[in-house]
Amino acid sequence: MGEAPALQLEGVTKRYPGVVANKDVELTVVDSEIHAVVGENGAGKSTLMKIIYGMVRPDEGTIRIDGEQVSFRTPKEAIDAGIGMVHQHFMLADNLTVLENVILGSEPRSGVMIDFDSAAERIRHLGNAYGLRLDPDQKVESLSVGERQRVEIIKVLYRGARILILDEPTAVLVPQEVTDLFRSCLNLKGEGHTIIFISHKLDEVLAIADHITVMRDGQTVGTTTPSEVDARQLAEMMIGSELPSPETRESTVQEKVLLRVADLSLQSETGRSELDGIGFEVHAGEIVGVAGVDGNGQTQLVDSIIGLRPESTGEITLDGASLKDIPTRERREAGIGLIPEDRHRQGLLLPSPLWENAALGHQAKEPYANGIWIDKRGAREQTEEIVRRFDVMTPNVDVPAAALSGGNQQKLVVGREIMAGPVVLIAAQPTRGIDIGAQAAVWEELKTARAAGMGILLISADLDELIGLSDTIHVLFEGRFVARLDPAEITPEILGSYMTGAGEKKAS
Amino acid sequence: MKSGRLLTTVVAPLIALVIAFGIAALALLLVDINPITAYQEMLSFGTSTESLIITVNNALPLFVSALAVGIGFKMGLFNIGVEGAYLIAALFAAYVGAQFSITPILHVSAILLVAAGVGAFWAWMPAMLKVKRGVHEVISTIMLNYIALALSAYLFLNVFRAETAGLTIATDLIPETGWIPSLNPILGWFGIEARAGANLHGFLLIAIVLGIAYHYLVNKSRFGYDLRSSGVNPTAASASGVDPKRMVIRTMLISGALAGLVGIAPLLGFYHQYPQDFPRNFGFNGIAVALLGRNHPVGMAFGALLFGFMQRSSLILDLVSVPKEIVTIIQGIVVLAVVIVYEVISRYVNRRVIAAAAAATDTAPDAPAVAA
Repeated sequence: MGEAPALQLEGVTKRYPGVVANKDVELTVVDSEIHAVVGENGAGKSTLMKIIYGMVRPDEGTIRIDGEQVSFRTPKEAIDAGIGMVHQHFMLADNLTVLENVILGSEPRSGVMIDFDSAAERIRHLGNAYGLRLDPDQKVESLSVGERQRVEIIKVLYRGARILILDEPTAVLVPQEVTDLFRSCLNLKGEGHTIIFISHKLDEVLAIADHITVMRDGQTVGTTTPSEVDARQLAEMMIGSELPSPETRESTVQEKVLLRVADLSLQSETGRSELDGIGFEVHAGEIVGVAGVDGNGQTQLVDSIIGLRPESTGEITLDGASLKDIPTRERREAGIGLIPEDRHRQGLLLPSPLWENAALGHQAKEPYANGIWIDKRGAREQTEEIVRRFDVMTPNVDVPAAALSGGNQQKLVVGREIMAGPVVLIAAQPTRGIDIGAQAAVWEELKTARAAGMGILLISADLDELIGLSDTIHVLFEGRFVARLDPAEITPEILGSYMTGAGEKKAS
Repeated sequence: MKSGRLLTTVVAPLIALVIAFGIAALALLLVDINPITAYQEMLSFGTSTESLIITVNNALPLFVSALAVGIGFKMGLFNIGVEGAYLIAALFAAYVGAQFSITPILHVSAILLVAAGVGAFWAWMPAMLKVKRGVHEVISTIMLNYIALALSAYLFLNVFRAETAGLTIATDLIPETGWIPSLNPILGWFGIEARAGANLHGFLLIAIVLGIAYHYLVNKSRFGYDLRSSGVNPTAASASGVDPKRMVIRTMLISGALAGLVGIAPLLGFYHQYPQDFPRNFGFNGIAVALLGRNHPVGMAFGALLFGFMQRSSLILDLVSVPKEIVTIIQGIVVLAVVIVYEVISRYVNRRVIAAAAAATDTAPDAPAVAA
C-alpha cells in the first residue's frame, strides 16, 4: 500500500452542550475502497459525516486527505477538496430537468450564457462510465426514487468528487434499485473513487463493503472486514451486548374479531389503484403483521382504516360496528390507536410541550379533556405516567417534543397510544429509527398489550420484527395482499422474496 | 423556561421598539430635524388625559381586528380580508340599527349580531373557496377586499344613504338606544375629568370580554387545541381526528365575526351613523398588531395601544413642522423589527431549552431544527 490513506481521521471529538456527539473517532479509509460506517441511530454517524463534509467543525482531532491535513469551514471547501455527499433526503428541484439540477450552482459558462451542451455531454459521459444512465433533459418530477438518487450521485461526480459519502443510500430503494446502486458503486470503485457508505442494514454492508467501521455512543469501536464477521456479530458490536429478540411466547389469540377489513380498495386521484381488494381480520390478543417494501400501499391502508381516505371502498368494522362514513375523530374515540409510520409527520407537534403531544389523538377524552376544555392538569399527570412507565428520558413534561431524542419521542408516542387502551392498535413501523434498547422496550409493550387482549395491526419493514411478533403475516405488494404466511414456518429470506412479488405464485 | 418566556414576551418587543425609534431618529436627522425634540413633543402631547383616552379609543378597533387576524394565524390561516369585512359589516349594522328602536341593551346586541353575522358571512366565502376549490385564502380575501370596498360604496350611495339632506352624506342616525355609552362617568368616580370630545368608548368593556374569550377559546378549549395543532402540524392534527376542512370553515367564521365587530367602537361610540368617510385601514393595521402581539391577547392589547398612541401623538408633529408620516414609518419598522427580533430570540431560547433537555437526559435530540 505505501501510499497515504484517502481519508484519515484521528482523535476527532465534537461536543454539543450536554452531549458528546463524537469522541476520539478514528477512521482510516483506503484509496479506492468501499468503506461502510455502521451504528445505531444516535451513534454519531451523522455528526461524523457532517464533520468530514465541512458542515460541522470538530473541537479536537485531525483530518487528513491523501496524507495532508485539512480543516474545512464550509461544505464548499470540502467539495473543492474532492469530497461529495449524497444525502438521504434528496435535494433536487422537481420542476427542473436532470441537467439543470446537476449544474445548479456550478453552471459551465460560455460568455454570459450557460453552456448546456457541454454539460449534457459530460453528464452522458459520467452516466456511461459508471452505469448511472439518465436522460439529461428529463424532468426530475418524472423520475423514480432510484433515478433521483442517480441524479444526486452524478451531481457530486460532476463537481469532481473523488470521495463520495452515501448517507443511508438504500433506505429509500426497492431491492432491484439496490442492486443497480451496488453495481454503480463497484464501477466507481473500479475507476478509482472512494466511497463511504453509511448504513444500518447489515446484510447490505456485508455484501458491498471492503472495510466496516462500527460506531457506538459517539465512538468508533473497531474496524473489520466482511470476511471476519457475520450480521449478528456486527449487530452485537453496534449495541455492545447481546441482541434483544422480538419473539413472542405462546399464542394469546382469542375468538373475538376486533377489526375486520373486507374488499378494501382505493384509487388515487389520477385513477391509479393504490389498494386492491384487501381483506383481513384482527382478533383480540392477536398481532397481525403486514410485510412489504415501503410504498406498496402501507400508508394508504393505515389512512383508510383511520378514515383519512373516505373515498376508499369496501368494508371496515371495528368490534362489530361498521366504520362507513365515520369521521377520523369518532374512529379514534371508538378505539383505534395509531403509532404512525412517520412520527414527525403524523405523530407529534414538535414545538409543543410533551403534555400537549401526549394528548394528540386523545384530546377529546379524559384525562386530557374535561367537557369542552382541555384538562391541563389531567393531561400533565397522564403524561408523567407515560414518561414513568415507558421510560421516556426527559427533564419534565413541559419541554418541547423537539428536545427529545428519536427513541424517546417514539416511546412517548407508543406510550400514549397504549395507555389510551385502544380496541385495535395500528403500529406502523413502531421501531423505525430508534435505538435497539428502545426497540426492545417497544416490543415488550406490544407483547404485553397483546397478552391483555388488544388487537394489533403491525406494519413493518423489519422482517425479524414481523416474524418475531406476529401471529399471522400478510404480504402487501403493489396494493394487494399477495400471501398469508405463518411466522412459525418462515424465514426472513422467504418473506423477503414474497415482498418483491416473486413468491406470489407459490402463495395461492 | 421562566427566563425564556421573559425574553420572548418582554425583552423582544422592547428591543424592537428601541430599534424602530432609533431608525426613525436617523431618518429624522437626515431631514435636519432633532429627533429628541420630536419624540419629546409626542410624549408630552400623547400623555395628557384626553390623549390617553383617545389612545384607548384608537386601540379598540385595532385590537378586535388583531383578534380576528390572530385566530387565523394560530392555525396557519391568513385572513387578509378583515379590512373588507368590517367595512361592509359596519355599513349593514348602521343601516339595520337605524331602522328601529328598542331597549338599549337589546338594540346594541342586535346591532352587534348583525355586524358579526355579516362579517362571518364575508369570511365564509373564502373559507368555502378554500375547502371546495383549493383557492388560497390570501388570494381570495385580498380580492374580496376590493369587492367589499366597491360594494359598500355602491350600497352606501344608492341604497343605504339617508334621504334627509344634511351637511354630511351618511346613513340615517341610529336612535340613541343603539348607542354604546361613554365610560367617562366611571372615569369621574376615580377623579379623572376629561374635556368634552374625549369620551372613553364603552366598547372597551366588550373588547376586554372578547380578549378573555379569545384566550379561553384558543388556549384552554378543545377547539383551541385542535386549532393550534392544525397550525403546528396539519398532518398530525388530521391523523388525530381534526377534520381540516371543518376547522378552516369554523376558524374563518369566528375570524369573520370578530372582523365584523371591528367598526363597532367608532360606529356606536362616535359616529352613530355610517358616514362616507368611515375610517379605513383597521383591517390592515390589525395584521400588524397581531404580528406585534404574537397572536396573544395581552400582547395584541399592548400592540393596539402602542399603535393608538402613535396615531394620537403624531397629531402634534405637524404643529412643530415634523412630517407626521414619520409615525407611519415607525409603525412599519416596529412590526418588522418585532418579527425579526422575536425570531432571533425564540431560536436562541429554543436552542437553550433543547440543549438543556439533551444535557438532562444525555441524548441527542431528534428534530430537523436541531440537525440543521
